[in-house]
Amino acid sequence: MESYLLAMAVFAGFYALMALGLNVIFGLGGMINLGLVGFYAIGGYVSALLVLKLHWPMLAGWLAALLACAAVGAVVAVITARLKGDYLAIVTLGFAEVIRLVASNEIWLTNGTDGISAIPGPGRGVLSPLQFNLLFAAIVWGTVLVVALLLGRLSASPFGRVLRAIREDEMIAAVAGKKVLRFKVQAFAVGAGVLGLAGALYAHFNAYIAPDAYQPLITIYVVLALTAGGTGTMRGAVLGAVLVVFLTEGTRFAGNWVPGLAPVQVAALREASIGIALILVLYLRPQGILPERTRTLSLEPR
Amino acid sequence: MIADFAQLLLNGLLAGTQLAVPAIGFTAIYAVLRFPNFAVASHATIGAYAGFVANVWFGLPAPAALLAAFLVAGVVGVVSDEIVLRRLRPAGALTVAIASVALTIVLENIVRFSFGNDLRGYDLPVLRDWHWPMPWGDTLRVGPQQLENAVAAGLAMAALFAFLAFTRTGKMMRAVADNPMLAGLKGINADVVARLASFVGMGLAGFGGMLIGLDTSIDPLTGFRVMLSVFAAAVVGGLGSIPGAVVGAFVIGIGEEMSVLVLDPTYRTAVGFVAILLVLSLRPRGLLGERAY
Repeated sequence: MESYLLAMAVFAGFYALMALGLNVIFGLGGMINLGLVGFYAIGGYVSALLVLKLHWPMLAGWLAALLACAAVGAVVAVITARLKGDYLAIVTLGFAEVIRLVASNEIWLTNGTDGISAIPGPGRGVLSPLQFNLLFAAIVWGTVLVVALLLGRLSASPFGRVLRAIREDEMIAAVAGKKVLRFKVQAFAVGAGVLGLAGALYAHFNAYIAPDAYQPLITIYVVLALTAGGTGTMRGAVLGAVLVVFLTEGTRFAGNWVPGLAPVQVAALREASIGIALILVLYLRPQGILPERTRTLSLEPR
Repeated sequence: MIADFAQLLLNGLLAGTQLAVPAIGFTAIYAVLRFPNFAVASHATIGAYAGFVANVWFGLPAPAALLAAFLVAGVVGVVSDEIVLRRLRPAGALTVAIASVALTIVLENIVRFSFGNDLRGYDLPVLRDWHWPMPWGDTLRVGPQQLENAVAAGLAMAALFAFLAFTRTGKMMRAVADNPMLAGLKGINADVVARLASFVGMGLAGFGGMLIGLDTSIDPLTGFRVMLSVFAAAVVGGLGSIPGAVVGAFVIGIGEEMSVLVLDPTYRTAVGFVAILLVLSLRPRGLLGERAY
């Protein structure tokens, strides 16, 4: 039981990191990213392959995952940042699918749908499973703390202010002399880097990754986490991630109490509940539990 | 080589005709409501299952089942838009787009809850492929089902174009797509047109979903699997342009078939994504531009 709870805490940490990454891209920069699970996948594969095949130290693998995703994110942003958000939504959604396709088919590199197993984790084999989960929870939440603090600083800095200005009205930001495209690309790269880091940590915690793990549903988990917590705030992103894990795990138990349902029906209900939760949050509290407070007061009531 | 090429071209044309139907649905909703409605994926699945129920449970022939697919998906489209998406429209296109992803997950899982994950097939007569000798000495192969699908898709498109070109309601839809404010000044009720767009758009998605199912078999992910090709067709042709969606569907359909000449067949679905990136980089408004008709 303790081991299970710790594992859930670790997963909450992964979602928190992803929500933080999405918060830079979407919360501050106003750019939608419906393919964030693709960056999560790239991060996992880059780190797992570097550590397993090239025997890089684990920390170097994690850093490489972060940088690789930042680079890919920059490329995606360069192609799409000039376009309307509709296109970005389509491109990012397609991006995640293509990543899954590549991971399934480049068998020489990724071992295809069989996935990569025996990815080392810090102290795995030496520590007991409980101790390992405890250590990893500490690593993940330590990372969450550091990333949240750094991104919080970034958000409060002139860089963050410009991003929010671009989010609110791109043209006004451009008229004020800000290089809109450059800011957008940088924000996308930073956010994608954090997503990649989350993916690397996941790979080394889980010891096994396969294309099937990177379902679009994960993107919805993270969008839900950020929206429920409060788009634009780092605390909100972390809080939302914890809530999402409560929801997904809570429905796991709730599903077992309903009699007469086939396992596939329970799974369907759980997935549907995530979608319903996101729709309800968008209705009832689109600003989230911890709404963003900007320094300028808006005249109309929020 | 020529024979391969001709065969692939023919397959691509047939696939493109089929793809055009849901692509028109997606782009028509975009033209009127101005957001990418990702729920087309689940509506294609719903259409496929509605057709399955009509065909296998009620014993209706395929054309009647296709009509059922259109109607059921259209009605679900209007109802889900009324309940879920409409009230979010003031919050902006991106919020509605996100909600449509959530909606598609909910609907897909309602199908999964009702029918399970098993593959299901339609009750159709098994027919042998037709062979056509060609002047250069080879033969072209085509499945009767593929040809029937292409005809059905062609008829659906012809009906839609006639509706948009000749009926008063069709002209209202085009007017709203072209300039919502001007259409409002002329007394066109935007809510009615929005509902109509949802009905027709999602109905076409359902129709297309069943066409895809007729070719192979269906499961709760049927719609999701072709989603990328549908989006690609719409974006390549110009988001919001109905003739554009048709052109885009042929580009994607033929491109996916032709890709086997240079790529591993498993990468077919990546063709759509590459096409999106190319078009957005070189001609961001699509081949035909963002015009509704």
